[in-house]
Formats: sequence, structure tokens, C-alpha cells
Amino acid sequence: MEFTDDQLQRYSRHIILPEVGGKGQKKILNAKVFIVGAGGLGCPVGYYLAAAGIGTIGMIDNDTVELSNLQRQIAHSTKTLGVHKVDSAKATFEALNPDVKVVGIKERINKGNIMDLIKDYDIVVDGSDNFPTRYLVNDACVLLKKPLVSGAILKFEGQVTTVLPGEGHCYRCLFEEMPPPGLVPSCQEAGVLGSVTGVVGALQATEVLKLVLGKGDVLKNTLLIYDALRTTFRRVKVPKNPACPVCGENPTIKELQDYDAEYCRM
Amino acid sequence: MEEARIDKKINIKGLHCPYTFVKSKIAVEDMETGQVLEILLDNEEAVINIPKSMEDHGQKVLKVEKINDTDWIIQVRKEKE
Repeated sequence: MEFTDDQLQRYSRHIILPEVGGKGQKKILNAKVFIVGAGGLGCPVGYYLAAAGIGTIGMIDNDTVELSNLQRQIAHSTKTLGVHKVDSAKATFEALNPDVKVVGIKERINKGNIMDLIKDYDIVVDGSDNFPTRYLVNDACVLLKKPLVSGAILKFEGQVTTVLPGEGHCYRCLFEEMPPPGLVPSCQEAGVLGSVTGVVGALQATEVLKLVLGKGDVLKNTLLIYDALRTTFRRVKVPKNPACPVCGENPTIKELQDYDAEYCRM
Repeated sequence: MEEARIDKKINIKGLHCPYTFVKSKIAVEDMETGQVLEILLDNEEAVINIPKSMEDHGQKVLKVEKINDTDWIIQVRKEKE
């Protein structure tokens, strides 16, 4: 494919970078990225990926836009209150960049639909806000060998890690089982500083772009912890666990489980 | 001085930075290592910037020459991908 003059202008600051160039920008334009959640993390991740020219962005979210979302969920607006988040985000991203095709799915992601939804995408981004989904996405990505860029936020803290199945750790190497319900408060209960979601989402988008370009080092075997109150970033080593129930040598999880039920039983 | 064999020519007259370099870089990317690109341009700032950026990116600048009152040519040999 040849760049149009508009594309040369739109992506000029990428093309000038030795690590990107025209060839790297073409990789970005041909890439397909699936984002779980169109909320605090999904919005900035999708925004930067759309601006970068990621050719296809899949997004799943079953919620509609509420006023309480707008303090951090920057793809939505006062004008899209009540609209499905994936429709609101699709309109924002496609207005930003007509090169990008956004595929919005108005469902809850679950063990019955996830494999089909992500199988044609190159990279998965987790921007979900709950543990059953986080473990579902991790296990599905390990089983399908899909790179996964996982992010989480709460209050003034954020975490990012990149799972490369077969090469490095997975989320279960880090936290083998879900915490019991109630132990970790949700951001609905505990609050979150809106801009922290932007920092974490931008880190996730950057991990995705480096994976697409094949440049630099990603957060493989590493958990990055951002403390916004102290303005510190801490890198924690996460070795691959040979006894990991999903990516270890003798895995016990060979197919997806019923994550919601498992969580409620605790 | 021995004249290089030119494998590709582009005309970027009328363009300004950074599109002068963007167009030149895309042209070099599409060439084989060892081939020579000749750029025709009329932007004085780019006459300084393109050779510098090309060298920074590991390419070899063979010639920068003013050819008339308004235009220059730059010849670049592709040294690396």
C-alpha cells in the first residue's frame, strides 16, 4: 500500500522516528487490537491507538455512558450520556482518524464468546474493572497464545504488565487465584483520580505499539506500579511460575472456567 | 569527482519541513541498499536538514548542490534498512 499525502502528514511524526518509519507505520495500519472495556482504561488506550492509526480496533462493553464516567472516560462526553459506550467511543475514534475501523460489541465478555471475539486480533488489551474478567482474559490469551497488555487502576495507583504467552509470565504467575470478593474494593467504592487512568492507559497503548513495531522491551516478566501520590514508578520482577495453573509445565486449566460463579462462591 | 548512478529521483519542490524529509525517507525505504536517490528541492531549510537527518539515520549523503537560483539537488546512497 502507498501512503496518501494526508497520511504522510498525519503520521509524519511517527515516520520520522528511525524505529518507526514508513514500514513501521504500515505495520500499525495493518494491526488489529482488541480492547476489553470502553471505560477508564479502554478510552485512553483506544484514543491513542486510533490516533496512531491502528487499522482495526475491537472493543467490547455492555454499559452505557453515565455522568459519573466523564471524570475519566475521555472518549465519551456529555452529549453521549445514555449511549452505549462502544458506540460513543467508536464515534470519537473514527472522527479522530478515518483510517481506523472500530468494531464495537455491546455484550459482556464471557467464557462463551471470548475465544471467537479475540481469535482474529493480534493483541488484546485488558481494561476491565473486575477480577473475573481479568482472569478470563488472561486464561483465554494464554490458551490462544495472544499477547496481552493488562492494566489496572485504583485510587492513586496503577499497574501495567505485558503477557507474552510461551515467552514470559502470565497474570496467574503473578496472582494465582482471584482475591476473595470484598478484599479489593472496586473504584466505585474506593474512587480513582481520573488522570491516573490516562497515565496507565497511555502506558498500555505504548506497550501495544512497541509490540506491533517489534521495537524496545515490553513489560514481560515485569509488573510496573505507578504511585501517583508520590509520583513514583516501581518495576517488580515477575518470574514465570513453572507451577502456574494455566501457563505452567502441567497446567490444570486447559479450558475456560466459570469465572463469575467461582468468584461468587468465595 | 565520479558521478553516482541515480536509481530514483523525487521532486519535493514546494514542500516544507518535516514533509521534505518524510517524502525523502519513504523514498529511501522503498529502495535497495546501495542504490542512490536524487532529491530535487527548493526549501533552503531542508537543504540543511535532510542531509543531517539522512546521516543520523545511517544513510550516506553523496552530494548537496545548488543547481539554479531556486533549486538544489541532494544525492543519498542507501546504506542500511
